[in-house]
Amino acid sequence: MTAVAGVREMITRNVRQSGIFIAFVAIVVLFSVLKKEFLSPGNLTNIVLQYSYILILAIGMLMVIVLGQIDLSVGSVVALTGAVAAVVVIKGHAPWYVGVLVALAVGFAVGAWQGFWVAFVGIPGFIVTLAGMLLFRGLTYRVLENISLSPFGGTYYGIANGFLNGLLGGYGFDVFTLLIFAIAVVGYAVSQWRTRRGRISYQQTVESMPIFVTKIVVVAVVVMAFAYQLSRNRGLPIVLILLAVLILAYTLVMSKTVFGRHIYAIGGNLNAAQLSGVKVRKVSFWTYVNMGVLAGVAGVVYSSRMNGAQPGAGNMFELDAIAACFIGGASTTGGVGRITGAMIGGLVMAVMSNGMQLMGVPQSIQQVVKGLVLLLAVAFDVYNKRRAEAAR
Amino acid sequence: MSSDILEMRSITKTFPGVKALQDVTLTVRRGEIHAICGENGAGKSTLMKVLSGVYPHGTYEGEIVYDGDEVHFGSINDSEDKGIVIIHQELALVPYLSVAENIFLGNEVRDSRGLIDWNKANHEARQLLLRVGLDENPTTPIGQLGVGKQQLIEIAKALSKNVRLLILDEPTAALNDNDSEHLLGLLRQLKAQGITSIMISHKLKELAEIADRTTILRDGRTIETIDMAEPTSTEDRMIRGMVGRDLEHRYPERRSNPGEEVLRVEHWTVYHPTQPGRVVIDDASFNVRAGEVVGIAGLMGAGRTELAMSLFGRSYGRDVSGQIYKNGRPIDIADVASAIEHGIAYVSEDRKRFGLNLIQDIRTNISSAGLRQLASRGWVNGNEELKVAEQYRTDLNIRTPSVLVPVNKLSGGNQQKVVLSKWLFTTPEVLILDEPTRGIDVGAKYEIYTIINRMVAEGKAVVVISSELPELLGTCDRIYTLAFGRITGEVPVAQATQEHLMELMTIERDVKDKAS
Repeated sequence: MTAVAGVREMITRNVRQSGIFIAFVAIVVLFSVLKKEFLSPGNLTNIVLQYSYILILAIGMLMVIVLGQIDLSVGSVVALTGAVAAVVVIKGHAPWYVGVLVALAVGFAVGAWQGFWVAFVGIPGFIVTLAGMLLFRGLTYRVLENISLSPFGGTYYGIANGFLNGLLGGYGFDVFTLLIFAIAVVGYAVSQWRTRRGRISYQQTVESMPIFVTKIVVVAVVVMAFAYQLSRNRGLPIVLILLAVLILAYTLVMSKTVFGRHIYAIGGNLNAAQLSGVKVRKVSFWTYVNMGVLAGVAGVVYSSRMNGAQPGAGNMFELDAIAACFIGGASTTGGVGRITGAMIGGLVMAVMSNGMQLMGVPQSIQQVVKGLVLLLAVAFDVYNKRRAEAAR
Repeated sequence: MSSDILEMRSITKTFPGVKALQDVTLTVRRGEIHAICGENGAGKSTLMKVLSGVYPHGTYEGEIVYDGDEVHFGSINDSEDKGIVIIHQELALVPYLSVAENIFLGNEVRDSRGLIDWNKANHEARQLLLRVGLDENPTTPIGQLGVGKQQLIEIAKALSKNVRLLILDEPTAALNDNDSEHLLGLLRQLKAQGITSIMISHKLKELAEIADRTTILRDGRTIETIDMAEPTSTEDRMIRGMVGRDLEHRYPERRSNPGEEVLRVEHWTVYHPTQPGRVVIDDASFNVRAGEVVGIAGLMGAGRTELAMSLFGRSYGRDVSGQIYKNGRPIDIADVASAIEHGIAYVSEDRKRFGLNLIQDIRTNISSAGLRQLASRGWVNGNEELKVAEQYRTDLNIRTPSVLVPVNKLSGGNQQKVVLSKWLFTTPEVLILDEPTRGIDVGAKYEIYTIINRMVAEGKAVVVISSELPELLGTCDRIYTLAFGRITGEVPVAQATQEHLMELMTIERDVKDKAS
């Protein structure tokens, strides 16, 4: 009795996720109409480079938020890890990978420190990471002795500014980039197909065949168009590969591992999780450690992109990352949220900032608009929940 | 003026699927202390919530006549304006605020400019404290006072609202004997001052001592109102009134064939987590055999849940002492994970708070306690998980279009089946079921009993905690009674009657035997 769901049911079932997706598409269309250079190869490449570190932070932040906590310190941690890397590489003349490893280690230590206070002492994450925000900012100033360090140069600089291109030659566009994206699209189609088969064999609801095929085709066309634009510019950004790997890996962690399941269980009902044998402290601790390491990754990417470390780096990043999660459908009370949602939420913020910059909208108005978008997204969430409750 | 201050006529209150009150009538005379007793779930608290406007006019049928007029309370404020004040079992005090601040909370003493006049407030608070026989500084934070004194402060708060009809919901349930004595004395004093009281209690001795009349409720209906001065108003008569229903819903037949002892608990003692020195479970010992259902009967506040939770990985209480034996060997259970490893499962009485992740689907809830069985090296096998969920859906007859439906869309009975599935999936040897049929309809109850029987037939040991005596008599092989934290009896079901059990369940602790 395989049930087949129509478009309408699919949309109502995922109203939150599809709502934000439609909003994203609408924003992209709006800006591309208003400003034709919005979809130009150069600008698309720019968006990827400019917001990759926010998206990396949003991955870790989503896990913290699903847990029912928050992390306000990530901006400072980005600064601190970048600063330590700069000291090691620029002042200490160490190789680039030593800088990266040291930055990740510092991120790990920061995460362990915060995780300890949250999980084992029982202080709310809001307080611990508010303290961390000040603490790690202060340490950044100490490490850098109040001055900026630059330039990294070389391979370290290439992490966020490098491209893979020309490997298969170019004809006005980079074949290698297109090939990688084509492989990704095929991989996506195959995995969707297998999921669909799996669901059918377990007698679950699936979309009807035409909808399924349309979905795959639309995704393929959009992705390949994006790839084509990238290939006409400088090719495949290295950070995009890094980001793709992280998104894929963490989507799996959140949906397919015991650890990920336990995060959802704790955020959904702490008491029930505890009484089901979930080691709440351990899971909370490692979620913060994970956030610290990802902040270290973002620190490396950001310092690489800036080609140096500044004491004031990463200011307000935490707010962008948090906003990305909530716009992407995470619940303020924990237990609900998806990595893909947070990524789209982050892209909404990215595209809006970029589009408004292109149009020359003043900084002040940009802030107002971003604030309103965040507020409306969460209001929409609350509204939906209340309606769902009334329907019960 | 009529001699009755209150008359509640034909009150019927329906919750989705349940008739909590059916045609209940209650008449309270001016200046009396009127007791209401009945089993848990008989409708006592619901009736008082109707009276005090917690359930506003229009959400129930019937009429309330207070002081000669029919009243329609839209909220608790309306009833308080008329001098009806309810003191709930869980005290509604803010622990960090002072005595005076608590007394006047929502009712602050203000001067002509609209600012709070603290001198006057503290002074008035002091007068009120004296009236309830307390010599405390009004500026002391409430949290520093014991439960007994807090109870008295609730009464002082009621007095500040010019109370005329005071409703107390199990006021002595959490009090020791001294504090109870004091409280009862105060109620007598208030009576002398013309204040009428309605008191919900299941301490029958206490009622015999203080109440003028008692109304007995059972299954949401009034059974009778008896005059306590009559010689026929014995405890026996009240017990019969409280439990006297026929076994209206049948229990599935089961052939009892107990095997070896699986779990034995000895000298289990647990202290209250936040009130040092308060013993919640006092030297409890019991055992359960394979293929046996053991009941634990106790009224609200007897420590049933506390006993179960403290056994289940020390999820409740502090300074837990005693020994657990599993299959004859002593075991140590430090946390829930190790309890699960030792094959113990606990199904909470409050499935929404402690049993389920309501926002997630059935499948995820079923796998949540035994997730490791579905995982290799931390990776969950999603297909296998779905298969397991489908299996339990069929086995336990969970009525749902799909196991991917969030559990908050299910009815209470089906939610309970999800919780049972979740614990059965951990392949337990001992199942502790805490009020397994609370809040679910008769049909679903029968299904749950059938599931219990099947588990027992598979050789599992089952402990059923319940305050519904017919349920225990219908499902158990042996019944322990728990009263005020102590096991007061052990009765094979063949020899058990509701009256006998109720007697054992209301044995009060001997005065001061644990004082040393």
